[in-house]
Amino acid sequence: MSEVPLLQLDGITKRFPGVVANDDVSFSIMPGEVHALLGENGAGKSTLVKMIYGVLHPDEGSMHFGGAPYAPAKPSEARAHGVGMVFQHFSLFDALTVADNVALGMNKEAVGANLDQQIIEVSEAYGLALDPTRYIGSLSVGERQRVEIIRCLLQNPRLLIMDEPTSVLTPQEVDILFETLRQLSAEGCSILYISHKLEEIRTLCDKATVLRGGKVVGSCDPRQETAKSLAEMMIGTTLTMAERKQATLGDARLVVKGLSSPSPDPFGVDIEDVSFSVRAGEILGIAGVAGNGQVELMEALSGEHPTPSDTVMIDGAAVGHLGPTGRRRLGMCAVPEERLGHGAVPDMSLWENVILSARTRKGIEQGGFLDLAKAQAYATDVVAQFNVKTAGIEHAAKSLSGGNLQKFIVGREIMQAPTVLIILQPTWGVDAAAAADIHRALQKLADEGSAILVISQDLDELMAISNNFAVIAEGRLSDVSPTGSLSIEEIGLLMGGVHGGEKSPAQAEAGA
Amino acid sequence: MIRLEPRKEVSKHLLYLTPVMAVAVTIALGLVMFAALGKNPFQAIYIIFYEPLTDLFTISEMIVKATPLILIGIGLSFGFRAGVWNIGAEGQFTFGALTGGAVALALYQVEGFWVLPLMCLAGILGGMAWAAIPAFLRTKFNANEILVTLMLTYVAVLLLSVLVHGPLKDPEGLNFPESRLFHGAATMPILIAETRAHIGFIVALLAVAVAWVVLSRHVFGYQVKVMGQSPKAAAYGGFVEKRVVWVSLMISGGLAGLAGTFEAAGPVGQLVPALPVGYGFTAIIVAFLGRLNPIGILLAGFVMALTYIGGEGAQISMNLPSAVTGVFQGMFLFTLLGIDVLARYRIRMVRRQPAEKGS
Repeated sequence: MSEVPLLQLDGITKRFPGVVANDDVSFSIMPGEVHALLGENGAGKSTLVKMIYGVLHPDEGSMHFGGAPYAPAKPSEARAHGVGMVFQHFSLFDALTVADNVALGMNKEAVGANLDQQIIEVSEAYGLALDPTRYIGSLSVGERQRVEIIRCLLQNPRLLIMDEPTSVLTPQEVDILFETLRQLSAEGCSILYISHKLEEIRTLCDKATVLRGGKVVGSCDPRQETAKSLAEMMIGTTLTMAERKQATLGDARLVVKGLSSPSPDPFGVDIEDVSFSVRAGEILGIAGVAGNGQVELMEALSGEHPTPSDTVMIDGAAVGHLGPTGRRRLGMCAVPEERLGHGAVPDMSLWENVILSARTRKGIEQGGFLDLAKAQAYATDVVAQFNVKTAGIEHAAKSLSGGNLQKFIVGREIMQAPTVLIILQPTWGVDAAAAADIHRALQKLADEGSAILVISQDLDELMAISNNFAVIAEGRLSDVSPTGSLSIEEIGLLMGGVHGGEKSPAQAEAGA
Repeated sequence: MIRLEPRKEVSKHLLYLTPVMAVAVTIALGLVMFAALGKNPFQAIYIIFYEPLTDLFTISEMIVKATPLILIGIGLSFGFRAGVWNIGAEGQFTFGALTGGAVALALYQVEGFWVLPLMCLAGILGGMAWAAIPAFLRTKFNANEILVTLMLTYVAVLLLSVLVHGPLKDPEGLNFPESRLFHGAATMPILIAETRAHIGFIVALLAVAVAWVVLSRHVFGYQVKVMGQSPKAAAYGGFVEKRVVWVSLMISGGLAGLAGTFEAAGPVGQLVPALPVGYGFTAIIVAFLGRLNPIGILLAGFVMALTYIGGEGAQISMNLPSAVTGVFQGMFLFTLLGIDVLARYRIRMVRRQPAEKGS
């Protein structure tokens, strides 16, 4: 090509103790190009972009930006070159305003005198409505992402890096984001778009570089590929996806009636008047955008935040007042979203971690004393049955990769043969092979007559494995309907808080 | 530029080695300090750290000092593992001595094998009652137990002083602020003849054994470990934070109160205003020097006792100031904390990147 690439990577290698995160990675991005970096979790995408953004430094290889050698020592240098990045996890302060947060993330010289005016101008130019005087704590997740994007745009970037930007957005918000990105691209700004969502990449990107195990394994025009061919390039093998067969459902095992649970966190979401039931053999999926009460619902159901006794029933027994141990005794197990620090204690070994949730149902605790041999045997079983890759059950939970730890935690709960299983984000940050294993295990459990509640932000996942389906928005639950009976647009509206059939919160307030 | 980078998995050997290294570094620092004071540093270290071990009497005195340190240290270790920071064991020790001693005085001249056990029970309950105040305030109003336990220490010490100046004063004591000397049935049986080492030491050893079993085999020990490392995981596991706060404060308060009764009924033999001499504070160092591990606390209790006895020896034979003991105990904690950082992080020398000049 005649043009000089905006960013050129040559033989970038980065090693961490015990792993090569990036191995001889080379590719280039042309001005105005929307370039996808595709790969599973752990393929080395984040490490690579952190080097481009100056957070990490390559051990070998070189980078050129606009034809000149480029080696940012820290993010502020990368920003000075015109590289902006929107991280997957936002770095915003809830108690500060939009303008304060924008100013905090910018280089000193770049903050102008009338920042508020600049924010309004940029937000109007790119169709990202945002009021600079609002507090972050009062913004939705989609709006928070806009703050991060506007912070980058104010610095007139030549390259914008977006790390998994759509995982927290509704389908409608995704459309708005894509419009903005296309406009930027038309103006000549390059975009490096990191994702493992294949459909998105096919609609948005001009070019894709596929990473696997830290190496570039392919590069293609995603519009010429199918989702299946991209997936196989990403994973390296052909996939057997879990498929939901029509099951015969038994009696209701988990019944939730009028459950309300105020959040202890001032910026958390209160659960308001949630009712549903899950029958034996059923997988009920609850979709929703992150931060709409999923964690609070799971904590109310698992017993971490007890509620009045008759709001939650397991097989007809009222358990709302019981803590997690009492509910486990009656057959309810749960898998929280955070693996490290909630579902498992990071510094404890795997066998110590089975004591956490399996001590009652697996007879590890007897009269207050712990049978360590039993805990070790159970941990060994879980590792074997669920193909957890680890050097041994003596190793700390934090030493496992995300996918392996998730398999371990899911296995630890499923092998207790729960009658009711609550699982939040079952495959969040898990590679495709492990995700397929987890889905199969969930279906097997349902086939054996357990009632399963899956709360997830991954619509594709819920569509694939659930029998019935509901959406949570602002702590309220929509009506339950059979999976497949709603269109993506309808689901998107529900996720945005517009409840079909019942009054929306705004209407309810107006009527009151 | 020096940077600290976290190590991936902290080696277990290193964690056991750090207290030993802390002792070595403290001794090295001690050599420098004595040299600066113009004393023969090697003689001083010899007198403090070796001479006490050569004589049965000084060994028995070490047992006298180590007994309360181990008892209190064991009690504190549960709370410290769970993130409940009781730093007022000194107050619970004092209040326990007061309640245990009050029983002894109430039963003055009453004979019977049950007098001493009754005093011990009163001492335990006294220490628990004193620790119940911070437990209640923390669980009910989220009051910081560090401040509450510390401040209550001074209340307990002054209360002891008021009582031995008043109601508990020895009626035949020529108005000295002291209680009566406890009678035979109310004093601790002696362990080694002709010394002050009493059977409280056996109780301390028992506490070590029980604590070891609880920490490694009982669900409560598991619970405090999970609570301290990861409170959210503890909630998921079905452990209730308030219960852990209460139980760990009751354990540390009860054992401190028992140690207080032992001290009053043992080496001191009566209630005096100067009964609290800082065991409750030194036991914090003992707990950490012992890695919050019962066996480690047993050893650390003796190391600390050694600094008491050795420090006294150095005062007598080398004219060193009495602050020597406190300085050594402080240095132990500092070097231990410093070396702990090295166990968890590695030091990397980072060359300043030339590009940084630009910004």
